[in-house]
Amino acid sequence: MGRKIANIQLSEEYEGVLRKEQRSFMTGNEVVAWAALAAKADFMYGYPITPQNEIMHYWARLAPHFGRGFLQTEDEMSAGFAMLGGALVGKKTFSATAGPGNVLMQEPISMAEMMRIPGVWIIQQRGGPSTATVIYSQQELRLTTTGGNGEGLRIVYSTASHQELFEYTIKAFNTAWQYRFPTFVLGDGYQAKMREAVTLFRPEARGWRLIPAEPILRPPGVPARDRDPVHLRNTFNIEEELYDRLVDQLAAYDRMTAEVIEWEAEVSPETELLLVAHGIVARAAKQAQENLNRQGKKVGYFRPITVRPFPGSALRQAVAANPNLRLLVVESAHGQLLALVKAELYGFTNPLDSLLRPGVGITAEEIEEAVTQHGQKEAVS
Amino acid sequence: MPENKRWKIIIAGEGGQGVQSIGELLAEAAFRSGKQALYIPNFGVEQRGGVSVAYVQIADGAIGAPKFQKADLLAVLSKRAAERTKGYLRPGSIYLYDQSALQALAIDDRSIGIQGYETVAPEGFAQMVGAETESPLEPPAKDQVRALGIPAAQVAKGELTTRVFNIIVLGAIVRLIQDLSLPQVEAAIEQKFREKFRSNPELRALNLQALTKGLAMVPVPTA
Amino acid sequence: MRESGRMVIREPLVNENMPLSWRKETKPHRFCPGCGHGIALKALGEVVDELGILDQVLYGCDIGCSLLSWDFFNFDSIQTHHGRTIPVIVGAKRARPETVGIAYMGDGGGYAIGAQHLVNAAQRGEQITAILANNTLYAMTGGQMAPTTLPGQKTGTSPYGREVTKTGLPLQGPELVAAIAPEGSYVARATVGEYQQLKKYLKKALDNQIAGRGFSFVEVLSTCPTNWRTNAKQTWAFLQGEMARHFKVGEFRAAETIPAGEER
Repeated sequence: MGRKIANIQLSEEYEGVLRKEQRSFMTGNEVVAWAALAAKADFMYGYPITPQNEIMHYWARLAPHFGRGFLQTEDEMSAGFAMLGGALVGKKTFSATAGPGNVLMQEPISMAEMMRIPGVWIIQQRGGPSTATVIYSQQELRLTTTGGNGEGLRIVYSTASHQELFEYTIKAFNTAWQYRFPTFVLGDGYQAKMREAVTLFRPEARGWRLIPAEPILRPPGVPARDRDPVHLRNTFNIEEELYDRLVDQLAAYDRMTAEVIEWEAEVSPETELLLVAHGIVARAAKQAQENLNRQGKKVGYFRPITVRPFPGSALRQAVAANPNLRLLVVESAHGQLLALVKAELYGFTNPLDSLLRPGVGITAEEIEEAVTQHGQKEAVS
Repeated sequence: MPENKRWKIIIAGEGGQGVQSIGELLAEAAFRSGKQALYIPNFGVEQRGGVSVAYVQIADGAIGAPKFQKADLLAVLSKRAAERTKGYLRPGSIYLYDQSALQALAIDDRSIGIQGYETVAPEGFAQMVGAETESPLEPPAKDQVRALGIPAAQVAKGELTTRVFNIIVLGAIVRLIQDLSLPQVEAAIEQKFREKFRSNPELRALNLQALTKGLAMVPVPTA
Repeated sequence: MRESGRMVIREPLVNENMPLSWRKETKPHRFCPGCGHGIALKALGEVVDELGILDQVLYGCDIGCSLLSWDFFNFDSIQTHHGRTIPVIVGAKRARPETVGIAYMGDGGGYAIGAQHLVNAAQRGEQITAILANNTLYAMTGGQMAPTTLPGQKTGTSPYGREVTKTGLPLQGPELVAAIAPEGSYVARATVGEYQQLKKYLKKALDNQIAGRGFSFVEVLSTCPTNWRTNAKQTWAFLQGEMARHFKVGEFRAAETIPAGEER
């Protein structure tokens, strides 16, 4: 007889879990816990903050049955630094946080950047600044992509559905352990709390190769006898010493960029207006685009999936499709995506407009309305 | 029936009336019936104070944003909730309301705004008071709205138990949506309340009766 | 999966006049003349030698002068952020329990910016050994007041002497930890002025971890002639006199009844 845990039928020994693809209906937080399990994550270190708490709840419930670990730490800094300790000795570690917790988490993340320590962070964005709301926003884009006192050497996947939450969480572990840069899944409170269908699967069953974790500290062998001791530091004595290190890091990051960037684009030479959005708002944008196209309007769609590194050349290519193309950037923040888009389009002269709603959700209807008004405004001028 | 068989549904009531359970069960039943479904608990200004709002979308094709501006079906279970959510009505919306002249117990205004989200669904800590009220819920004065009043609270209190009030409402919504599989609705109820049914088997029968009564409260749509 | 247990190095490394676990290539070390860190780290090195745990040790050091020990030893090490050494070592230990985790820090790192980590690691009974050098001030940043600064002591940020009515009395770290740490914890205060006792306490602290009994914490009273602006005689007098009066040396928690190694 099976046992029921978190909506998934498990065998008594928990064998056969995800052996077959499984269509399930669950919250996004639950999806993340299953994805971490499927990705063979070893250890989660976490600290409570809404709206990510259920990731910890589900993981804490599942982990002991699969020989995985969980530790609730005293704060997000501790969770982040403990992740680094676990990753250094060769385990796949992850955490989840949001809002003010994401702020505190930037300290360990900057150490991960400097020392090329892999790790996966799930960010379920809430309203900001400060405590704000426990609900939703896209206001942690800037913090997640470039927080910390450095150059933002991370990979950030912005998901838009439970299926993506599952698949990009698995992918994030591979990216982190392959390239050794901190890797993020940027979700939000809606994705955390809403329920929709998802197909869970074992990545190996689809031919996905999972990158194994290797110990950076305490690799095999007796130090000073079989091998040199491994001594790691993030402090440097002189400017040039740091500079040389950063030149190497930046070169490695650039080499990686072409391999990891992902986006979705629907654009043609006839496209007159390009909607640009990421994450859950991209769903509204896609819906609006389809509705507007049905009305005969020539509307395209561009969605960065990696918001860092940003798919800049793909965006430029999309914009170049039509010299008269107009852009409408839509986000639940006050210009965080807009700033990235503008930076990538330096030198272009296409008109660019925005629908910025910091801290609140955006519906397809609102985007359609903005597009219609936009057209009217243009007719007047 | 909305075009493309796409339903945008809002259920709104007092925290504790079981609003989120209705949303969750509806979405789960739709998923089990082979539909696309998306449910998200209360957010937005409507939830200020003790009002609990559940958003459900059911479709044959892909579902876009979790939030929407106009509902095909708005089910309201209290006066405050009706007031807060009337902006979701459009011409042709179905307006399902509880017409029982019974008062719903409201939870403290400030406690639920955050709590309602933190704990997902603060079900079960308020029950229908059951006191007669002078002014029962009435449909809005928009003549293009298809209003449908049901005596859910009254039937729950008089014939079953106030605890299954929300399942009566669920039954009514299921009948309005039409193409959900009834066994799947029952399976969703069974899954959600398994632990409760185990400790109190009578509840299972009460819930199924509530579902049946709710279904019967709505005339079978002819269109 | 467990890796090797306690091991003995059969072919001793040649390290003249140094603990075997010291890294010859990085000596002479970078601490100021008269600094207490060198003495504490020598004791630690000798204890690691005696316990034969070179291959099991993961050593973490903080920001502050303690970071200068990042390549001090022949075992693997990680230099972390200010105050965050305990969580890094906790994370590694939790992930690979066969590790002997050592977190080495100063009084600013352990008692101010990282106090929550010390308190919570102790309270949870984390199976690591934390060693904290107390020299009564922030040394690397130029001698600011620390939680451990003595009443009346002049520092960069208490130029007229620490006023206890405004900034409190010196924090009593081991006493604090001893009050909250669960059964099986080892808590002591040593001093670089009593070398054999220092070694004994460090050995018991590591043994406590190896035996899986619980959290181990040793505060080591240390010296900073650079920031104290003292000569050798005055340095010694301050350590053995004023510091000893405020900070009681000894063991606060010890599991004497259970011999090390019998609990695994």
